Amino acid sequence: MTVHSTSPQFKQNAARALNDDQLQKALGNVKQGFIDKRQMAADKLPEFEALRDSARDIKNHTLEHLDLYLEAYEGKVKASGGHVHFARDATEARDIILSICRETNAKTVTKGKSMISEEIGINHHLEANGLTPVETDLGEYIIQLRNELPSHIIAPAVHLNATQVEADFRRVHTHLDAKRDLSEPVQLLTEARAVLRERFLAADVGITGANFLVAETGTSIIVTNEGNGDLTQILPKTHIVLASIEKLVPTLEDVSQLLRVLARSATGQELSVYTTFSTGPRRSTDADGPENYHVVILDNGRSSMLGTAFEEMLRCIRCGACMNHCPVYHAVGGHAYGWVYPGPMGAVLTPSLIGVDKAGHLPNASTFCGRCESVCPVRIPLPKLMRHWREREFERHLTPATVRSGLQLWGFFAKRPALYRFATRAAMGALALAGRQRGRFAWLPMAKGWTKYRDFPAPQGETFQQRWKRERKGARA
Amino acid sequence: MSARDDIFGNIRRSLGVNGTETIRQQIVTDRLERSPKGVIPKRGQVSGEERIALFKTMVETSLATVTEVASSAEVPQSIALFLRNHNLPASLRMGDDPRLKAMPWSDTTLEIAHGPSEGRDLNAVSHAFGGIAESGTLAMVSSADNPSTLNFLPDNHIIVVSAKDIASDYESVWNRVRFAYGKGSMPRTVNWITGPSRSGDIEQTLLLGAHGPRRLHVIVVCD
Repeated sequence: MTVHSTSPQFKQNAARALNDDQLQKALGNVKQGFIDKRQMAADKLPEFEALRDSARDIKNHTLEHLDLYLEAYEGKVKASGGHVHFARDATEARDIILSICRETNAKTVTKGKSMISEEIGINHHLEANGLTPVETDLGEYIIQLRNELPSHIIAPAVHLNATQVEADFRRVHTHLDAKRDLSEPVQLLTEARAVLRERFLAADVGITGANFLVAETGTSIIVTNEGNGDLTQILPKTHIVLASIEKLVPTLEDVSQLLRVLARSATGQELSVYTTFSTGPRRSTDADGPENYHVVILDNGRSSMLGTAFEEMLRCIRCGACMNHCPVYHAVGGHAYGWVYPGPMGAVLTPSLIGVDKAGHLPNASTFCGRCESVCPVRIPLPKLMRHWREREFERHLTPATVRSGLQLWGFFAKRPALYRFATRAAMGALALAGRQRGRFAWLPMAKGWTKYRDFPAPQGETFQQRWKRERKGARA
Repeated sequence: MSARDDIFGNIRRSLGVNGTETIRQQIVTDRLERSPKGVIPKRGQVSGEERIALFKTMVETSLATVTEVASSAEVPQSIALFLRNHNLPASLRMGDDPRLKAMPWSDTTLEIAHGPSEGRDLNAVSHAFGGIAESGTLAMVSSADNPSTLNFLPDNHIIVVSAKDIASDYESVWNRVRFAYGKGSMPRTVNWITGPSRSGDIEQTLLLGAHGPRRLHVIVVCD
């Protein structure tokens, strides 16, 4: 069992999100910030497009040889004194982590940001077993206080405004002066830094994710801007890395290619502030660092994606560019998607991991504008993969009856071109006539789902095919 | 069946392979041995003073500060000046790096502490393994010489880097790591540091000094 999903209620979630003023205000920050920053970073590097090709090819190569690279990686981790554990699913991963924590008599566990840890619901499991997990990424810390899931894979608290964070800090940090000034974001940051510094120093175990695992050296890599992931892994006695199988890359050269596109695509930085390469536990020559180093490698449905159309999704390096550029994400935010991964990448990955029967709404929540694919650093054809899910949903008779009969009706006409031309011409003509006064419809039969939220523009009377014919003729003449 | 066997079995079934194909094994062994370079941006492919200048520009782009000294003997005075200019206490923690230890600290009134940080230090200095001009990045390797905690716990982190150790690109630094530690081996921790700690998690506003250093100051030694 992975964390509870509300993906089946996507429509209700989306409707609620559209009416949430605080959320809508916060989502304005996504539209403004990320897009320009990425574009500027890409423009500054003439080789950016070539690096995207290189990144795609490295990931494809690794996935094709994943069994062998995984073996090589495992051997290297062991040779450097670390332990490798394999987990088929969330339950196994949780049990492995809990037993490592118990071996070291751990009480508090600090955590670097990890989407896989959200996927397996580790915090809840540790709490239920008497341990205290503490998220240390500022955004993750904030949403932990609120008992929420991240709404964005690299900016987990992007759905919140500073006043909401202030209220949470006042509610939870009751040991501090109630009259303190928290009106500026920097005051919130300073408070979190001080509170979490004590947590870092007291932690027995640190859990981080991994942006990449390197087969050549048995190295796990994390990328952060705050430095929280590093304090999580160098201060406690035990460092646990939680990573899924597709994080593998062959060599340090390969990971250097991927790092060149990751930060640029995510935040528009040349490189994130801290890129950390960890190999095994501390050495006899080290003055600090963890004494124990464990890697938990999670499958959770990914190995079954190999060899299918969805293998391409396993190239994803979790930069978040697809959601930063998605008009649907901009409108409803991340929580509406109802599980761990939002936006276009979530719309493709979630049905693979929890089933299209539960997450079928997500690949349908797309305008197919194609911006996600155009910015993806590893060139995942996200719209195509969403279309695959729609097809599978239809084949498995999961699509609602009204949609099915609509599609069947359309199919009937589409297979009979003469009839199709006649019917569309008649319909467009009639609509143009009916709408010629106002130029739009506030109500249309059988189109309430559309007209409830916006007007339907009246057609001008000509069908696409008619216009095509006319303009071709004009061009020839 | 163990989880490990199950996962490998499933990967191989999905890929339509059994793991013993000689050609696949050769491809993988070859890549791990040769570690081929990919696309290297032209930006960093400059040498001499031009490379140092690019490095300094990129360090500043990352919101760190940078200064140049003619010899390692000038580093203590330079650090003392930096601390004074920022109204910071004249105290400094460092590891056992022989290059740092050999510097004339007695020329200053700095109070020096040695060893890893326990989280209460304001200022620390480390010696970098190398620098990367392409992005203004400092490459740090863990050891008693330069404990990793010094990179993260102090409020103000000063990094000393030799001009001759500033490379064009990441790949050149990996070559040096391989030369120093052996092919396929790594120090426990390699930190690439590009600027001071920051967060944009509150309303996407960039704020410096999240959990790591609020200030990063780089001293390039040109001897």
